[in-house]
Amino acid sequence: MIGASSELRVLVVDDEAPARSVLREYLERVPGVRVLAECANGFEALKAADAHRPDVAFLDVEMPKLNGFEVRELLDPAILPVFVTAYDEWAVKAFEVHAVDYVMKPFAPERIASAVARARERLRARDLPTPSDVAAAARPEGRHLERVVVRDGPKVHVIPVARLSSAHAQDDYVEIRSEGKAYLKSQTLGSLAAALDPERFVRVHRSYLINVDFLARLEGYAKTGFSAVLTDGTRVPVSREGHSRLKPLLGSDGSDSGGG
Amino acid sequence: MHPILARPGRLNPYLAACMPLAAILAVLLGRPGAGIRNYEAVAMAVPLTCAYAFMGLSVWYVCRQFRFRRPDALRSLGAHAVAAVLTSCIWVGLAAFLAAAWGLWAPFDGLLQRLRPQGLALFALGLLLYMLAAALNFVLLALEAAAEAEQREAELAILARDAELAALKAQIRPHFLFNSLNAISGLAGTDPERAREMCLRLADFLRRSLAVGERQSISVSEELALSRAYLSVEELRFGPRLSIEEDLDERGEPCLVPPLLLQPLVENAVRHGIATRVEGGTVRVGVRCAAGRLRILVENPLDPDAPSRPGGGLGLKNVRRRLAARWGGEAYFAAKRMPDRYLVVISVPAERVA
Repeated sequence: MIGASSELRVLVVDDEAPARSVLREYLERVPGVRVLAECANGFEALKAADAHRPDVAFLDVEMPKLNGFEVRELLDPAILPVFVTAYDEWAVKAFEVHAVDYVMKPFAPERIASAVARARERLRARDLPTPSDVAAAARPEGRHLERVVVRDGPKVHVIPVARLSSAHAQDDYVEIRSEGKAYLKSQTLGSLAAALDPERFVRVHRSYLINVDFLARLEGYAKTGFSAVLTDGTRVPVSREGHSRLKPLLGSDGSDSGGG
Repeated sequence: MHPILARPGRLNPYLAACMPLAAILAVLLGRPGAGIRNYEAVAMAVPLTCAYAFMGLSVWYVCRQFRFRRPDALRSLGAHAVAAVLTSCIWVGLAAFLAAAWGLWAPFDGLLQRLRPQGLALFALGLLLYMLAAALNFVLLALEAAAEAEQREAELAILARDAELAALKAQIRPHFLFNSLNAISGLAGTDPERAREMCLRLADFLRRSLAVGERQSISVSEELALSRAYLSVEELRFGPRLSIEEDLDERGEPCLVPPLLLQPLVENAVRHGIATRVEGGTVRVGVRCAAGRLRILVENPLDPDAPSRPGGGLGLKNVRRRLAARWGGEAYFAAKRMPDRYLVVISVPAERVA
């Protein structure tokens, strides 16, 4: 267990070398902190986290391919994230509101030390931010998820939501379908649905969500219920509630939404 | 609405200014040998002058509609002639009505009959007064137009200033500044020599930005120098991930452009292009000058999966607006996102220092 004196294992993730070196320097000044690795992007961070099992990851928000929030989604949820940002008034407010830890650039050594102290505290109390806290901190109100990241063993898939055709809840996982392939992600369908644009993604069933742009037609049977046929031929069950949610988005042309 | 009626407190001075006219009219009516008593002349002149004062105000609408401008001057003259005759007729009619009304009272007995020989003179006077009213209204219209023009000019100046300020503010992005300061802080520990170099490069960029902000135009070569100063700071931050390629035409370098035209495009190329790619890439800047046109190209690779980040659109909109403000339809601007790269093309008339 992590105490005030025990070793705190830290990962530093930033795409700029000078930023990494100053963060490492300030972190190593704090007694008991060990910087396991410096990573220049999210992929390196995932690899290093597998290899070194850190307690805390300092994650720069603005990075290529995978931003800091996406890296956190793919990391072991037991790793405490501390986000790093240079200037974003909105993000700073959101971090405060959702009790997500952050530090600002340029770094101040005292601020890094207090972030470490707080990290120890939170790890001891097992008080890690929930995925929904982090998700809320990642996006301003009214902005929707633009891409979904999925980890598949050593591989990371970045799926722009425009190419996401449907999602299916399977216990604690969602199966995301995109361009004929299926990806498994450990997330609830509800939290995925909450992050997506409701004008485009509709929960048609308790355990199904579809992208209306991919809807080819609706087939209705008064007794057996409805089913949605997607442009790739997939058939998705539609509940009565789902049907009433879908209807206003389809417009006057009936079942065909014309997207694709 | 007529400017005199538009604001309270203007009508009374206007009517007071008409009173000398009433006095003249009274003297004319009551002149010896005309058979009109003095008090009768006054009783006629004051209400008639007041009536004309109000009719004169309505002449404003005629003046506004029919100005003496080149192609329509004759038509306007005709319109004013008709209006003058009409106004005068109404006025003479009013005079007759008033005289008849007074005539009902013993002291004014037979006023209408005694006034009849002066009818034609009154009509002529009405035409004269119409001219006076028209002249007054034209002066008012001219004053109004001048005030409007002045206000419009002031508004335009404010708009232009706003655009410039927005350009300046957008140009030194806090994000860039804080990241650069952090990089200096980082280099100070590991490579003090490079930290100093970065301080100098950042200072050079800030100095150049501040210097050009005040000016209307700068040469392409100055704008290129500013962009290079910016890129030299980013090179230290991004290291080998960022490289730059220039393809310049020396005939284009002395051409004049509004300041901070190229630099925001280059900054976008770094922020939304190079920074989104793990492996980085090359920003290409091209300047061409041919057939009296200056062409500027900025191209960068980008991550095809990267969503369009907010902020980039604003910078481009600003550049587009400033080009339109300066050259109107003569300026061409296109920003195109292709699957793996982004291209901005500007084409404007080639202007050189005289």
